[in-house]
Amino acid sequence: MYQYTDFDAAYVARRNAEFRAQVERRINGALTEDEFKPLRLMNGLYLQLHAYMLRVAVPYGTLSSRQMRRLALIAERWDKGYGHFTTRQNIQFNWPRLRDVPDILEALAEVEMHSIQTSGNTIRNVTADHFAAAAADEVADPRPVAELIRQWSTDHPEFQFLPRKFKLAVTGSPNDRAVTAAHDIGLRIIERDGERGYCVIVGGGLGRTPMIGKVLTDFLPEPDLLPYIEAIVSVWNTIGRRDNKFKSRIKITVHEHGIDEIRALVEERFKHIRPTFTGVDQEMLAAIRGQFAPPPLRGGPIDRYAAARADDPVFRAWADTNLTAHRDPGHAIVTISLKAQGETPGDASAAQMRVMADLAERYGYDELRVSHEQNIVLPHVHKSDLPALHAALREAGLATANIGLISDIIACPGMDYCALATARSIPIAQQIATRFDALKLEHEIGPLKIKISGCINACGHHHVGHIGILGLDRAGVENYQITLGGDHREDARLGDRTGRGFAADELIPAIERIVHAYLALRDGPEETFFAAYQRVGMAPFKAALYDAEARAHAAE
Amino acid sequence: MPREFTPKVVTANALLEGDVVYLTEDDRWTRDLRDAELLTDEADATLRLLGAEAQQHVVVGAYLADMTAGAQGPEPTHFREDFRRTGPSNYSHGKQSAR
Repeated sequence: MYQYTDFDAAYVARRNAEFRAQVERRINGALTEDEFKPLRLMNGLYLQLHAYMLRVAVPYGTLSSRQMRRLALIAERWDKGYGHFTTRQNIQFNWPRLRDVPDILEALAEVEMHSIQTSGNTIRNVTADHFAAAAADEVADPRPVAELIRQWSTDHPEFQFLPRKFKLAVTGSPNDRAVTAAHDIGLRIIERDGERGYCVIVGGGLGRTPMIGKVLTDFLPEPDLLPYIEAIVSVWNTIGRRDNKFKSRIKITVHEHGIDEIRALVEERFKHIRPTFTGVDQEMLAAIRGQFAPPPLRGGPIDRYAAARADDPVFRAWADTNLTAHRDPGHAIVTISLKAQGETPGDASAAQMRVMADLAERYGYDELRVSHEQNIVLPHVHKSDLPALHAALREAGLATANIGLISDIIACPGMDYCALATARSIPIAQQIATRFDALKLEHEIGPLKIKISGCINACGHHHVGHIGILGLDRAGVENYQITLGGDHREDARLGDRTGRGFAADELIPAIERIVHAYLALRDGPEETFFAAYQRVGMAPFKAALYDAEARAHAAE
Repeated sequence: MPREFTPKVVTANALLEGDVVYLTEDDRWTRDLRDAELLTDEADATLRLLGAEAQQHVVVGAYLADMTAGAQGPEPTHFREDFRRTGPSNYSHGKQSAR
């Protein structure tokens, strides 16, 4: 894992000291809220519905057990005993007091973590494939380049007054688990004729105007990366719309100017910038790569795993859903579900964080990941350790066997916490999960991604959910729009709206009608919901959703 | 005829704790909506808001929220204000835990 240099440590310490003084000046009245707000946002501190919220960056989703334990300590000492892992691979604390935040930031700095650039019009935390360096399908670990971008973008002098926020995601696998097509810049590490480079996707994003990113170049040589993305951000910084907040993201710039014009502008800018990159960045990248050297994976028999699979149906069910193929056949990637049916998606108590940290230390080469799907990943676990790991997870209420299934729901905090929300998300996720659990249908339904956002900003990625749910305020009542057929992977697709929305109490039956329609029309258990939707389209689902009610109206 | 004025309360978040507060008739900030002053006159409400906005050392983001008169004090007309006076629905945290 990346270790802070003296420079990093000094930089974070200086920022924390600066913020401590700013908090003090706010409290003693020297700063007004208008003056203080941009300063606190630069340090990840929001004021939400019921309290302040501190968003802590988990760069490219990678944590050590020591860092996870520190998050547990912060949750206990300064919050209400839990934290919320987000779709941006961050963690949010929902109840800090203003006076305590400088102490929290210091506690984070001690384990090489911070909240810098987790908010505001900056280049945000760079996200990456949560299976990085473990996945069997990987070309290269995306995290070294994500770390390089983090260093390049932190306090970059040209990009301190961007038109709006800017998000990058990196995947090193052809199977995209980092939703790169829905980011301002998505990078896909590829190989062509033995040479490594990047497919650069630009102008993706969800939110009010969802867009799938467009390919700016299908092969960028590795050494050109930083000057090229600097050229992209620079072009957008110059021509991006500052007159209208809703048109300020690069997706709108790309849409308005067209990808060809943007490409020409970027190439032009790149020509000027490229010579100023003398290769220092590549030397830094090489050094960073050294720090991401994979752990020495141990060998040994795996019969214990086979025996547990044969003997224990509960273990087998968990192994079937929560394990992913590791590049080493003796190991597995373990996804720990933070989606126990009826619980809040993405939440973990301090006790659970400690259990996960202990297990990572004991069985997982001391590494954890936060996934954008709001689960925790142990990327390297020897298969012979899986039965013991599973038993320990069960004791902590962390052995829910539902990864990729209908109850593995992404949900933003919604109006239970967020000041921007127009409706609640969490209770909807809880109700869907408990309902299908009660019906005992989850495993029969198979892979199905439900994603819920509590406002059009789409933190819950609803546009790319197989079933997307968007909570709105319709004349003072919570109302939920449904989209179908979205997908978040390499061939990302935006979902199609079904029609009029549903009140909260109509929504769960509506989701049930969609699922029953799918079960009735699928070609067999192998045809997933998404595949079935691609084959049959919207019509049968629309009929299932609205026809009964049209008939009821006609009969009145 | 002028549009009828929907009664309001002045509400904000406390600077130090960040929690929801309401302005009382005697110029205090209360955590309990039932103790808030219900403003039924538009000019008066505007004036009270101006006074609240000046209290930057105590509160953040003061605004007027629609209410109706209830038996025990102001009652929210919108679900957002109902959540603000209660707390989140997934845990008994926030105001509901203090009751």
